[in-house]
Amino acid sequence: MKYVLMYTSRPDLDSSADPEAAQAIYKRVYEWFGENAGVMADSGAELLGVETATTVKHDPNGAVVVDGPFNEAKEVIGGFSVIDVADMDAAIAVVKTWPMLDLPGVAVEIRPMVEDYSHMEG
Amino acid sequence: MTSTDGLLARTLREEAGPLVARLSRRFGDFDVAEEAVQGAVVEALTSWRRDGPPDRAGAWLQVAATRNAMDALRLRDRQRALAARADPPDDLPGEGTDDRLALLFACCHPALAPEARLALTLRAVVGLTTPQIARAFLVNETTLAQRVVRAKRKIVSAGIALTVPPESQRAERLADVLAVVYVMFNEGFVSSSGPTQDRDLAADAVWLSGVVATSLPDQAEAWGLAALLTIQHARSRARFADGELVLLRDQDRGLWDHAAIAEGERMIERAASLRRPGAYQLQAAIAAVHATGASWAETDWLQISVLYEELARYDASPVVRLNQVVAHAQVLGAEDALRRLETLAEPLATYHLFHATRAQLLTEVGREDEADAANRRALELTANDAERRLLTTRLHRGPLDDGS
Repeated sequence: MKYVLMYTSRPDLDSSADPEAAQAIYKRVYEWFGENAGVMADSGAELLGVETATTVKHDPNGAVVVDGPFNEAKEVIGGFSVIDVADMDAAIAVVKTWPMLDLPGVAVEIRPMVEDYSHMEG
Repeated sequence: MTSTDGLLARTLREEAGPLVARLSRRFGDFDVAEEAVQGAVVEALTSWRRDGPPDRAGAWLQVAATRNAMDALRLRDRQRALAARADPPDDLPGEGTDDRLALLFACCHPALAPEARLALTLRAVVGLTTPQIARAFLVNETTLAQRVVRAKRKIVSAGIALTVPPESQRAERLADVLAVVYVMFNEGFVSSSGPTQDRDLAADAVWLSGVVATSLPDQAEAWGLAALLTIQHARSRARFADGELVLLRDQDRGLWDHAAIAEGERMIERAASLRRPGAYQLQAAIAAVHATGASWAETDWLQISVLYEELARYDASPVVRLNQVVAHAQVLGAEDALRRLETLAEPLATYHLFHATRAQLLTEVGREDEADAANRRALELTANDAERRLLTTRLHRGPLDDGS
């Protein structure tokens, strides 16, 4: 099954992390992607900061363009991956080793991907 | 509960879980399988109550559930229904223990909403119907059904597997399973449902805890929970007299099931031999000390107090500390216990047993007015009929004894 992993963090808590420790974690992130290359499917992406986000929103008078992310949550999405594993337990096992989870405020959302569009046919 | 209902309950809980697992495998869809078995259970309740259970109850349920599953699939997906019919039904009723365990792990999966895990477990693993569960928990049937539907859909769409987790994750995942069984027992034990039950949830929980322990014999906490529930349940006949709740200290110990208590003690020894102590094992040990005391006064309170100290290291929740105070009062007296109790006033402000315990201790030190006020507060906070009557009796009779 394919799952999208959405990596989120809390920028307001970034300053609380020890820079040296954070550096070590970034290095482990790099290694983590190497170790998990076998389950990575499709393409993933690391995103530029939330301050670069632009959102296009519904409006009764036609879509409007606004500065900022789609919701004003404390958590921001920093990137995503698509993994292909047997089941939810396997996805959780992969995510639990995500090195950034050592940092406060970090979370990873796991969402199954729609893969079967057969109900749209005929 | 009539004896027929008891027999139905035992048959259904033996057969339902493994059948859900088998049909899930066969049709590749947990939601369809679970719904089909639930339908068969409802049919069984009507038909078996009328005609008595059939000779081969498992086969009867399987035939009914398979038919339901085929009907559902035909509506949903003609292709798959044809494929499933072509499959030879090699899955005849059998042992089913591993199947049931895998199903239980899925129903108690941490990716499911905590409030849905128990409801789903009761339906899929223990073979209760949605109306039975709704009555037991005093919740609206529609709300409950929606909760179950959401959880089942998530199991299917998020790819939660019906498997026993690998060794590396087993202990952690087992904790979630044991928590559900523990809540199931407590709901049955305090009978928060009032007198309307046609299924004995506590008995079902004792059975399920035994299934888990015997299927995972190297898990100490699984034995610990089985021991705890077995010993607590052994006292059940003495806990009510004419619908009134009887406190531990006043219970007729001759009504206790001493064979079951001995069985529970054997389970504690079995758990201890694995040398992995835990909260359920400690609670079981405490229950065993209570259950083997000749009377309330002759209970080994010092040992209970020590065991609570140990338990607080695993579980420092206010409720555990409240029980610690009750034991403490027996060893060091009510004055001292009252002082310790005050530290729990805030976290347990809305817990009726905090106020009931406080009332008890206040009575012992002669502060009657305050005791009355505490009893009234406890009464306001309890939702259970029998507990309410007990507290009312206390208010009218004045001094009475313990708060457990």
